[in-house]
Amino acid sequence: MTVTGHGGDGPAGNGAAALPDGVQGLPARSKEAHKLDRVVIRFAGDSGDGMQLTGDRFTSEAAAFGNDLATLPNFPAEIRAPAGTLPGVSSFQLHFADYDILTPGDRPDVLVAMNPAALKANIRDLPQGGILILNTDEFTKRNLTKVGYSSNPLEDGSLGGFQVHEVAMASLTRGALEETGLSKKDAERAKNMFALGLLSWMYNRPTEGTERFLREKFRRRPEIAEANILAFRTGWNYGETTEAFGVTYEVAPAKLPPGTYRQITGNLALAYGIVAAGQRSGLDVFLGTYPITPASDVLHELSKHKNFGVTTFQAEDEIAGIGAALGASYGGALGVTTTSGPGIALKSETIGLAVMTELPLLICDIQRGGPSTGLPTKTEQADLLQAMYGRNGEAPVPVLAPSSPADCFDVALEATRIALTYRTPVLLLSDGYIANGSEPWLLPDLTALPDLRVPFASEPNAPDGSGEFWPYLRDPETLARPWAVPGTPGLEHRIGGLEKSDGRGDISYDPDNHDRMVRLRQAKIDGITVPDIEVDDPSGVADVLVLGWGSTYGPIGAACRRVRATGTPIAQAHLRHLNPMPSNLGDVLGRYRRVIVPEMNLGQLATLLRARYLVDVVSHTKVAGLPFKAEELQLVFDQVLQGAHA
Amino acid sequence: MTTVDLGLPSIGGTAGVPTTDEKQTAKSYTSDQEVRWCPGCGDYAVLAAVRSFLPELRLKRENTVFVSGIGCSSRFPYYLNTYGVHSIHGRAPAIATGLATSRPDLSVWVVTGDGDALSIGGNHLIHTLRRNVNLKILLFNNRIYGLTKGQYSPTSEQGKVTKSTPAGSLDHPFNPVSLALGAEATFVARAMDSDRKQLTEVLRAAAEHRGSALVEIYQNCPIFNDGAFDVLKDPGERERRIVPLRDGEPIRFGPDGEFGVVQDGFELRVRKVSEVGEDAVVVHDASRTDPGYAFALSRLGGQDLEHTPTGIFRSVSRPTYDDLAREQVRLAQESKPGDLAALLRGNDTWQVLG
Ligand code: SF4
Repeated sequence: MTVTGHGGDGPAGNGAAALPDGVQGLPARSKEAHKLDRVVIRFAGDSGDGMQLTGDRFTSEAAAFGNDLATLPNFPAEIRAPAGTLPGVSSFQLHFADYDILTPGDRPDVLVAMNPAALKANIRDLPQGGILILNTDEFTKRNLTKVGYSSNPLEDGSLGGFQVHEVAMASLTRGALEETGLSKKDAERAKNMFALGLLSWMYNRPTEGTERFLREKFRRRPEIAEANILAFRTGWNYGETTEAFGVTYEVAPAKLPPGTYRQITGNLALAYGIVAAGQRSGLDVFLGTYPITPASDVLHELSKHKNFGVTTFQAEDEIAGIGAALGASYGGALGVTTTSGPGIALKSETIGLAVMTELPLLICDIQRGGPSTGLPTKTEQADLLQAMYGRNGEAPVPVLAPSSPADCFDVALEATRIALTYRTPVLLLSDGYIANGSEPWLLPDLTALPDLRVPFASEPNAPDGSGEFWPYLRDPETLARPWAVPGTPGLEHRIGGLEKSDGRGDISYDPDNHDRMVRLRQAKIDGITVPDIEVDDPSGVADVLVLGWGSTYGPIGAACRRVRATGTPIAQAHLRHLNPMPSNLGDVLGRYRRVIVPEMNLGQLATLLRARYLVDVVSHTKVAGLPFKAEELQLVFDQVLQGAHA
Repeated sequence: MTTVDLGLPSIGGTAGVPTTDEKQTAKSYTSDQEVRWCPGCGDYAVLAAVRSFLPELRLKRENTVFVSGIGCSSRFPYYLNTYGVHSIHGRAPAIATGLATSRPDLSVWVVTGDGDALSIGGNHLIHTLRRNVNLKILLFNNRIYGLTKGQYSPTSEQGKVTKSTPAGSLDHPFNPVSLALGAEATFVARAMDSDRKQLTEVLRAAAEHRGSALVEIYQNCPIFNDGAFDVLKDPGERERRIVPLRDGEPIRFGPDGEFGVVQDGFELRVRKVSEVGEDAVVVHDASRTDPGYAFALSRLGGQDLEHTPTGIFRSVSRPTYDDLAREQVRLAQESKPGDLAALLRGNDTWQVLG
């Protein structure tokens, strides 16, 4: 029997796949197993409960098993908010399936709540009939009062609509670890591994990977590793042997395109993309940056890869970070800086200098909720107009946005191609959702990665045959100026933020020259070759198009599948290049009766499209710090399809 | 002069920069750009000193880079026939840090002013100095904002009446040498635009120093702050105000060495040598590891320029950020050359069969 979980993406094509060869066997088991095509699990607990680690591990197990998956970590900005409070709740949602999925799921099918705060913060997302697993040890009067429960939900019948499993996880873990000699407190800390063990049992997950992981993670403290493994097994055995759980579930491996896969988050893919860009361009990478959520992981990752010729410089501030990166670019390295919205604000002046000096530079903005400090750990797409226009003067900058965690790798390479070919700063707009979310990644064929090598200038180039070097003499095709790095004899020249004369590059205050240079800089960016945008419309007859950009690709795609499943055609297209936009975009927009543009901002892409193409798109926006749900988008699409917005 | 070896081979400031046997002159370092400072500006003298000093280094001209910020002095790079970046206000040390770290074969100089380095760019300056990036920083101090036409600067004396402070400025000024020493700069010196000989000596020592070298240059702005340093130039005043620092020599100045610098508790003070005796006079040692001594020297004179030490306050050896950063990369590349396929694969992969 295959049961479809609640409210999923719905498979695009055929459903379940056979177990591929090579998937490791599962421990012997005694209980009945139901087959599901997809499941969404949410682990929720206190920030100190290790929910992110638990979710990560379950994700790795699902990946190792061959499911398709998508994840959504959600955690507070405070490192340790007061224990047991609502602001301190941290959760990790994971969607895994036997077909290709696009989102971490709108709602959990299973909610694991480690304390009353986690229950209270998450219960409204659990649909009626959903499975609720509660750590009863934490449901004390004190903890209940702390979050405003006047009666105990375990007793007052308020959870009647759910399949509730009450498990004393903390005391069971403590009991199992009694002989390890660990203190009560240390033993209890392993309760998240108990939860992981129990869920691993419920969903027939392989276990070797987690045990190996724990041994590796705590290799300096083997007693802690063994305690965690014991807690993990205790959770597993609890499911297997007690009467509490009658059934287990199976989600078969997904039928994905053949190849070697790994699981990857957006920030990791971005870091790897930057390393690969260095390798493919033959340039050393210089990252100048300053720590900021949610971009710091890119710094952490790149700092491990010095063996690829990657230098990471943690500067005194955002401005020095980009300044040093630009200095390195001037010297012939691939200069990179990473940040989030507030950091872009600080870097704006240096981005302007990079526009003026026409040097390559990769600027990665991992967007978060704004304005100001905003919501540091939540996602948003509200930096688009800042990326496009947030500088003094006419300072055009190419802008690109990855659509999923794995896509960050490809977009890093594409952004580098543009930066190096056209000698321009390039803005890459990722966001918290794809930066921290993960998905399976089909490893690329390295020989198929783009060749990013570009030549440095080596000879004087003055067209008048004077033997001089003209730093602003442009390539007629790309309009790029020569990249003449210090150390090249005969090409000594001076660049800077002051306006330069066309060609020669001397300081120039000439009005006509300035007008020409402003237009040349704009023309260079406008002339960047960008692939055409492709439209996905299996029916071929859709008259409504949904156009998105960046991380909304998954939810939009899932919502389109739902609409199509009801027999209604709808087309989807997604922008990777936001500046310049694909040259066929105007035609594409003109082909549809209505164009819907969902964004996690107040309609920034919609504004650009209206201004540029005079198309009155339907803007649908949400700025809640969380990604769209497929369900809510489906509603909006249905309304437009039915003419409500027409 | 003794230096403290902290693990790196003791190499000069320009080690790694290719040299040439070609004959170079001040003219070879002169670009075709017309110099556009106001007539009589102290910047001319500094430019002339730098142009005639650079050939001494025998470096390939194309391997020298001048990076500047914003301000009158920041036009400097345009007038030198080397590579140059005239960047944005206050950020030259940051840009130069990236350049110097990624290119050990370059001799990188920063040209900045009191507003550029100490106001808007103060943060970058102190962090560059503490990291000890191999940069030579020439800080032109004219104690005024010239380019924006005459507002007080972070080195203007308190109470200064300017366009923006008609009732007198309220800010207590920075002493750039004290500030640099507070950031534990490894090389700190002061020179005057009008003293070509001393300026050249200081530039030479700065170039030889491996690490950040901060050279404060008192520079006259005849337009907005004329005569700011006249007391240090006036033949009648000069001798009893300027305290020349020469390594290994007792710090004496004034007519016939009348005055000497002596230790008094934690401080240094100026006394008549005849009163304290020659043995009490401090012998200058720029190589002292602790910056406290050099700091005490920098406090001898206040904003009134009563006593003004010039020369090299401090010159100690400490590994540079850029050498260390490159060393980390080199070691990593040597011990485990990058394997992109292995990196992307990681430890947890699975196969999907067709
Ligand atoms: S304003 Fe002063 S500092 Fe600036 S160029 Fe003129 S004289 Fe020199």
